[in-house]
Amino acid sequence: MILVFTAFALWIAMWWLNVQLANGPAAHLPAVKIAIPAIFGLTLIVMWELIVKGLDVPLVILPAPTHIATTFEANLSILWADFNQTFVKGALSGYVIGCIAAFLTAIIADKYDFLRRGLLPVGNFMAALPIVGTAPILVMWYGFNWQSKAAVVVVMVFFPVLVNTVAGLRDTSGMQRDLMRTYGASYWQTLFKLRLPAAMPFVFNGLKISTTLALIGAIVAEFFGSPTLGMGFRISTSVGQLALDMVWAEIVVAALAGSAFYGVMAWIEGRITFWHPSHRR
Amino acid sequence: MKQTFVPVLTVIAAIAAIWYIACVPMNIREVLTTAERAGAVVYPETAVERRDAGAIGMVFANTGELGASWSVERARLPAPHQVVVEMWDSTFGEELFGRRGIVRSGTLSNRGLFYHAGITLSATLLGFAIGAGLGVILAVGIVHSKAMDMSVMPWAIVSQTIPIIAIAPMIIVVLYSIGVQGILPKAIISAYLSFFPVVVGMVKGLRSPDHMQLDLLRTYNASKSQSFWMLRLPSSVPYLFTSMKIAMAASLVGAIVGELPTGAVRGLGARMLAGSYYGQTVQIWSALFMAALVAAGMVGLIGWLERRTLRRMGVQS
Repeated sequence: MILVFTAFALWIAMWWLNVQLANGPAAHLPAVKIAIPAIFGLTLIVMWELIVKGLDVPLVILPAPTHIATTFEANLSILWADFNQTFVKGALSGYVIGCIAAFLTAIIADKYDFLRRGLLPVGNFMAALPIVGTAPILVMWYGFNWQSKAAVVVVMVFFPVLVNTVAGLRDTSGMQRDLMRTYGASYWQTLFKLRLPAAMPFVFNGLKISTTLALIGAIVAEFFGSPTLGMGFRISTSVGQLALDMVWAEIVVAALAGSAFYGVMAWIEGRITFWHPSHRR
Repeated sequence: MKQTFVPVLTVIAAIAAIWYIACVPMNIREVLTTAERAGAVVYPETAVERRDAGAIGMVFANTGELGASWSVERARLPAPHQVVVEMWDSTFGEELFGRRGIVRSGTLSNRGLFYHAGITLSATLLGFAIGAGLGVILAVGIVHSKAMDMSVMPWAIVSQTIPIIAIAPMIIVVLYSIGVQGILPKAIISAYLSFFPVVVGMVKGLRSPDHMQLDLLRTYNASKSQSFWMLRLPSSVPYLFTSMKIAMAASLVGAIVGELPTGAVRGLGARMLAGSYYGQTVQIWSALFMAALVAAGMVGLIGWLERRTLRRMGVQS
């Protein structure tokens, strides 16, 4: 019981520290801006550890963080193979194919106004639908291996990227387009020099939304059949064996992969759309 | 209206046309097998040869047998009208007049789609209510406490990069082991997915009044709670509705996904899983369409509420 009280005492102390930091004179420093969420996160993990140990929570309900870390370390090769199968082969290849396809479709739809007016409402509608549900169909078509997972990811990321790119391509003012016309610029010159760069903030918005969707799609598709490999496969079998430490280890992998994927896209966005007001310092 | 109506209709017609055409090569193997059993001469002649042959080549070699492509019973790709017929049968046909339908037994049939859609929808709505409620509370906290803004917001963003499905089976097992089952585990997954859009939209909305408006309230000597109730909350309403539409769609995905890993027997996700196990493609497609209709209906309902509310508030929308 003493451990549980320690946990709550720690929480109060750390919260007080954070309030002091956030309202103190140093709040605008970059180090403090990183320190505050870091303290919050660490406090949560330490509290989790203390409460699980203090209340003797059984392993099948919630393993302690140290326990998860041990499992993670002991199963590195399995986790790496799962990561490779689900993320690199399934999610990433599907993401690349889907985004390129959506991007090209958007450029075609933008060129023909009739197509844009027809495709955009349909795309908006599709983006709101539970497309994850196509997973069983695509697994049936493309087999159990990673190709079917990539296909699910392609379908899932296609519409958000399409809708955002089409919206971005229209984000130039009439004045800017008229200026290009007075320069005698052709359609393609206008597209590459004015409209595509102007569309980039929207495109990256779609790409960032799609990073999470890609991982979800790849993992969900594995519930409908997979080789004896992959994060979705490992999660569903480990839950069946009540090996929750393994499930949590996979969750850590998914969280790291998802955050890194998002971070990479955000970093590329920062390099490409450095001119945009939201990136100015 | 006409500006969008005709193009949208054209695009939908094109999709349907592509769908019908795609049915032919997708189903050619089943069609040829059936035709061969019925005594027709097909090319290539044996099933073993057909297994290795290309689908497109077989289509052109057997143009006489293709009429059956749109009525294969266990098609790899059922034709649109097959899905529509299945949807009619498993909704009005089954629910109203089926063996366990409302006419004979007084309750909805547990084989009907309305029944399964209702199961999923109840989890969706409960999850949405929990998620949106928590989201609004968290947003109010974030706007009013600088410490909370700086410590919670980054983790809320990180939490969205964790694919929820990774947690779904575990949440259900954990809740089951402490005696909670049924609708609540699915609703918790829905809530997790729907809370983030609401937090982000609501924070943005609560911060949308500009300095001029806040200064005006200060000259009126308004208290912090007065400026919250009379300025910040009303001006966040348009943002709230926009993010609620996203949250509702996410919530439905959460409920469907929550039904998958547990081997649930009720709900749209369970129908898809069962259809996948037994190769009943038409069943998967009809469940998928039902999910789409439910999503469109709920998003449409929020849009209708949004228009009504904004009009009564006097906001131009």
